[in-house]
Amino acid sequence: MTSIARKRESKKIQIPLGERIFYIADDALMILLCVLILLPLIHVVAGSFSDGAAYMSHSGLLLWPLKPTTAAYESVIANQNIWTGYRNTLFIVIVGTLLDMLFSLVAAYVLSRKKYMLKSFFNLMVVFSMYFSGGMIPFFLVVKGVGLYKSIWALILPSLINVFNLVIVRTAMTGVPDSLEESAQLDGAGHLTILFRIITPLILPSVAVVALYYAVSHWNSWFNAMLFIKDRKLYPLQLVLREILILSDTDEGYVMSETIQFATIVVATIPILCVYPFIQRYFVKGIMVGAVKG
Amino acid sequence: MSTVSRAERGKVINRHHMPLGRRIQLDFQKNWKLYLLFLPVLVYFLVFKYAPMAGLVISFQDYKAAKGIAGSNWVGMKHFINFFNDPFLPRLLRNTFTIALSTLIFSFPSAIVLALLINELRSRRMSRTVQTISYIPHFISVVVVCGIIRELVSRSGGVTMLMNVLFGMPVTNMLYEPNYFVPIYIVSDIWSNIGWNSIVYLSALTAIDQELYEAARVDGANKWHQIIHITIPCLIPTIVIMFILKVGKMFDVGYEKIMLLYTPLTYERADVINTYVYRRGFAENVNFSYSTAVGFFNSVVCFVLVFITNKITKRMGGNSLW
Repeated sequence: MTSIARKRESKKIQIPLGERIFYIADDALMILLCVLILLPLIHVVAGSFSDGAAYMSHSGLLLWPLKPTTAAYESVIANQNIWTGYRNTLFIVIVGTLLDMLFSLVAAYVLSRKKYMLKSFFNLMVVFSMYFSGGMIPFFLVVKGVGLYKSIWALILPSLINVFNLVIVRTAMTGVPDSLEESAQLDGAGHLTILFRIITPLILPSVAVVALYYAVSHWNSWFNAMLFIKDRKLYPLQLVLREILILSDTDEGYVMSETIQFATIVVATIPILCVYPFIQRYFVKGIMVGAVKG
Repeated sequence: MSTVSRAERGKVINRHHMPLGRRIQLDFQKNWKLYLLFLPVLVYFLVFKYAPMAGLVISFQDYKAAKGIAGSNWVGMKHFINFFNDPFLPRLLRNTFTIALSTLIFSFPSAIVLALLINELRSRRMSRTVQTISYIPHFISVVVVCGIIRELVSRSGGVTMLMNVLFGMPVTNMLYEPNYFVPIYIVSDIWSNIGWNSIVYLSALTAIDQELYEAARVDGANKWHQIIHITIPCLIPTIVIMFILKVGKMFDVGYEKIMLLYTPLTYERADVINTYVYRRGFAENVNFSYSTAVGFFNSVVCFVLVFITNKITKRMGGNSLW
């Protein structure tokens, strides 16, 4: 709204030449930036619809498919590993995010209550773990020690709570007026009722944002899977992608053609890009929540 | 309401006169349900956050999986001394610092500049389009980003060709050239995050009082003056907080991404502390105790950096992390 007001204002007054140049340069720069951001993606999409041999003999960026064909997609769709990976990743994302949210909400609820003896101890314990960790090997040994090695739960249970996300939820809960909770208590509501029926609905934007953060991090994660998952049937999508895109070998041990790699990228990225426009409006709110905390 | 809180306060004061045991008993009677609720969370933190910290003791041992922590031999500071004499140490420190500092110098300000430029766009539609497009790369997974990078900087890749045409650089696979590693890392980092990181500055910019600009214009300030004297000063608090947070995480460079991009050919410029921890733990010349010692060193440095930056935030009278 303010920018509209400013625009109207500037129309009334004669815009000085220097400013006009500035505006034009700004527009040009932003268009250039968008082009630079989109070019690699256009290349990937164009490559995925190209003929394999034609692509091999070509060099430089593609803006349009060479000898358009959907052959690459046919072999991606026929690749069982990708679908197994998809299934595993969906399981991890859905179950993982639900459990993450359950634990984070409960933890944030307890940490944001007012008077009890261990409050500052609990808070210190939680925050300290954000800034100091045992590192890779001890973490690996612990996960192995509790029997999660080679299990898909190794990608869910050890990462139940991200302390930064927890702090966002805790901050939001601290902002809920105490009177609501007190009156609920008088009506005989227990902690779980207060948490899920009263507080959670009031801080829904923060809850949505944190759920989004958890879901995206599960979707993207590959490192822990590389450490803990040995059975190919349990590989999450990103680990399959790593083989195809980075290690460039598959079951059969042959090098994948670039066009198939591109088609794989498209197939593996489209879902999250389809969700993106719908969740975009939450970003700014969520980041603001984080920024308030500073 | 006020009477309740006064009564509450009275109770608290009274409790301080009580013996500790009695106080614990009262607290538990009153709050046991809360503690019960927290129990699973407590177990989670103890098992997956604090047990690994306790596991750091293996850096003082010659850990053997068969003997376990209890049965392995104690060797004192041996692994730390070995690490300080490790021929790779200078390389690891140099690379970690180079990559961390480059991120701070290039990636960090890029988001601020983008936010300023978006803020000055006259067309609202244009500004929304730029935002939507610039956030997209953040949602592309790191594995896929690295797959795209590999393709673009290969011998026949688009970036390689462009560099050849523009700057006459030789046509080679740029990922095999050590000196190109950091630029590739930084440019792709900016590509991935510039839009996403600009959000926090954009939200700070929307909070600036528009009357400041009106007043400045009446006083004859041009666009440039307005940016220098109003917009940037209003952004400074946000910039400072983000900068300090960034410094605190400086040593925590994106090792997952480095692992997807480097090859033994580029270790010279690409190998950082965390990637070395991984290799010595799982890939080559495996030694759990040694790797843990290296990781321990890294954790301590990180913690000290966070501690110092937190002190600075507090001194600046602003927010602090704890």
